[in-house]
Amino acid sequence: MRTLIAKSRVIDPASGLDEPRDILIEDGRILDLVRPGEKVADVAERIDAKGCIATPGFVDLHVHLREPGYEQKETIATGCMAAVSGGFTSVCSMANTNPVNDHSSVTALILAKAKEADLARVYPMAAVTKGLAGESLTEMGELYEHGVIGFTDDGRCVMNAAVMRNALVYANSFGVPVSVHAIDEHLAGDAPMNSGFHSMRLGLRGVPAAAEDTMVARDVVLSALTGARLHIQHISTKGAIEIVRMAKARGVPVTCEAAPHHFMLIDEDVGEYDTNFKMAPPLRGVDDREAVREALADGTIDAIATDHAPHEKLVKDCEFEKAANGIIGLETAFSLTWELVEAGVISEMRAIELLTVAPCKAFNLPHGTLTKGALADITIFDPKATYTFTTDRIYSLSKNSPFIGRAMKADVKRTLVGGRTVFARD
Amino acid sequence: MMWTRKDVLGLADLSVDEIQTILDTAESFKEINRREIKKVPTLRGKTVVNLFYEPSTRTRTSFEIAAKRLSADTVNFTPSSSSVGKGETLLDTVRNIEAMHPAVIVVRHPNAGTPHLLSRRVGISVVNAGDGAHEHPSQALLDMLMIREAKGRIEGLTISIVGDISHSRVARSNILGLKKMGANVRICGPATMIPPAIDRLGVEVFHDMDAAIHDADVIMMLRIQLERQTGALFPSNREYARFYGLNEARLERAKPDAIIMHPGPMNRGVEISSDVADSTRSKILDQVSNGVAVRMAILYLLAGRKAGDEDADREVEGH
Ligand SMILES: [Zn+2]
Ligand SMILES: [Zn+2]
Repeated sequence: MRTLIAKSRVIDPASGLDEPRDILIEDGRILDLVRPGEKVADVAERIDAKGCIATPGFVDLHVHLREPGYEQKETIATGCMAAVSGGFTSVCSMANTNPVNDHSSVTALILAKAKEADLARVYPMAAVTKGLAGESLTEMGELYEHGVIGFTDDGRCVMNAAVMRNALVYANSFGVPVSVHAIDEHLAGDAPMNSGFHSMRLGLRGVPAAAEDTMVARDVVLSALTGARLHIQHISTKGAIEIVRMAKARGVPVTCEAAPHHFMLIDEDVGEYDTNFKMAPPLRGVDDREAVREALADGTIDAIATDHAPHEKLVKDCEFEKAANGIIGLETAFSLTWELVEAGVISEMRAIELLTVAPCKAFNLPHGTLTKGALADITIFDPKATYTFTTDRIYSLSKNSPFIGRAMKADVKRTLVGGRTVFARD
Repeated sequence: MMWTRKDVLGLADLSVDEIQTILDTAESFKEINRREIKKVPTLRGKTVVNLFYEPSTRTRTSFEIAAKRLSADTVNFTPSSSSVGKGETLLDTVRNIEAMHPAVIVVRHPNAGTPHLLSRRVGISVVNAGDGAHEHPSQALLDMLMIREAKGRIEGLTISIVGDISHSRVARSNILGLKKMGANVRICGPATMIPPAIDRLGVEVFHDMDAAIHDADVIMMLRIQLERQTGALFPSNREYARFYGLNEARLERAKPDAIIMHPGPMNRGVEISSDVADSTRSKILDQVSNGVAVRMAILYLLAGRKAGDEDADREVEGH
């Protein structure tokens, strides 16, 4: 069966294409990109995408799907629904489930549930260390065989440098990077927000930027030492970004990602203890936010990743210090990214690159382009649309977003995975 | 002025007028505290709930006496904060209390911002009796009443606050309040106890105590939390006493009529020497007396006005 996406403008950073094209899909793959109006035969389904932009489906390197173990926060099915509603066709799931994804049986369960949900593609990441305890390595080889695409103890930091070095080297033998939640746990303590004027004002303990900077520096040094691939998750400080920039210039195989909240918000936004603004790493200062934006533009930051972290009301509707870390992000990431385009921080092409081909390159994922023969994972959005982000647009099981009520720009209209429409909004 | 505020959460929100109103009201209540029969019927039939998630006999007793002298009924709840998250949440507890229709809830909690969370969720008045390292408004107000009494004014005075500023809600509330009232505020302590960016509150930061109290009108010593030693904020009590303890010799640096304050309880021989604590310049016990008057003022302003007042109406509608 053939599907035609007609009258759209196609932006494909992988091939540098930015032109009006009709996309012809057959058997889940892209058969051809034809000039608008060109005749094509045997089209069974015709999608009118007038005024819209079609791009490769977005890829999120950092998502917490919460299943198994925390199905009250999110299930793989609801998480995947949230993903496709936000234009994401592939998501990488973090290992801090319960049980932890430190054994292939958990990986297999995640993949089976994802298949059953049949929405976004799910690429599981497994733990670096058993039980996220930071001590002994997981059976990385077997986990890799079962389909994990990377290793991470996200939520925790591997504090022991010797363990970290071995993890990098061992994972690299499968060509897979280790992703790090780079925060020195001793410096950070369990402080609930960024260290600075606002933490002082609120009487809250603060996480100094140095807790991130020092750990990024350590891991970059270990990556340089071993030649092994390193991926820094949710980079949030000016100092850490400078370290990555320097490392890249010296040829260290390091990549990094930034989350939309870190390029949109700052610690002051915590206001009077609003727990929807509590995450790890915490919202930082204005200089840090500017540094993240600059690094998105100049290529120091490779990808935008949401760190989608659903939490049920109970653990957010409480004292700030006791509230769980994290916010949902799949539903809002695209519009927030597009705000950077409207603000002139990054080009349209760069925005799409950050959401598609760049994350795929960092993790060898077989997506991120719309060239002939590629899998037809496609996101169609209206760059002119505006809307207010309300809870009825949330497909996640949890509603912990600081962006509720915010006026948004650009909107995902349709998401296709393997040529099949899995989400459409009118 | 007309009092319209529902809650007293901190000195950050209170205006100069409101601070003055509380202090003036407290002054008028001091007279009651000197009477033979220390009781007026102002809050008769109203209930004040003390919800203390942290033990503090002093503050709780002070609020309790204040409420009783205004003829309110008082109830003390002392839930364990460790049970939160396992079973009943803080909001559950407070909704339960609200259902019993008290007029005011006085809350002490180890987590900063808890009274703010409650004030958004309940219709009854909330008084912050200390939230984590954030604020302790009734303490700062009683300190300000003390200073006003001893010095006749606050504006233009040089007030040195010495100790663990980072973890002190008393320091934070005093800094905010005293700056609003026009004082020059100096803070002093080991660098490990000075929080980031505190200079943005308009205070002068010192690490040398002699310099910090030079020509000061008021010296406010803070209690050192000996249990915080695990954080390695200072090497030993002995060293702390040597560099940041107030003793007779050091006191020479301040103005001859400088007064000494301490929120209590004191660690004698650590942050303050016994001779200073017991000297005539020490206002430590007067502070305690003023505490009752200030807390009476707060309870009165929040719950004691005649029917027809905006707040009294809201309180009724809340149920
Ligand atoms: Zn993380
Ligand atoms: Zn995460």
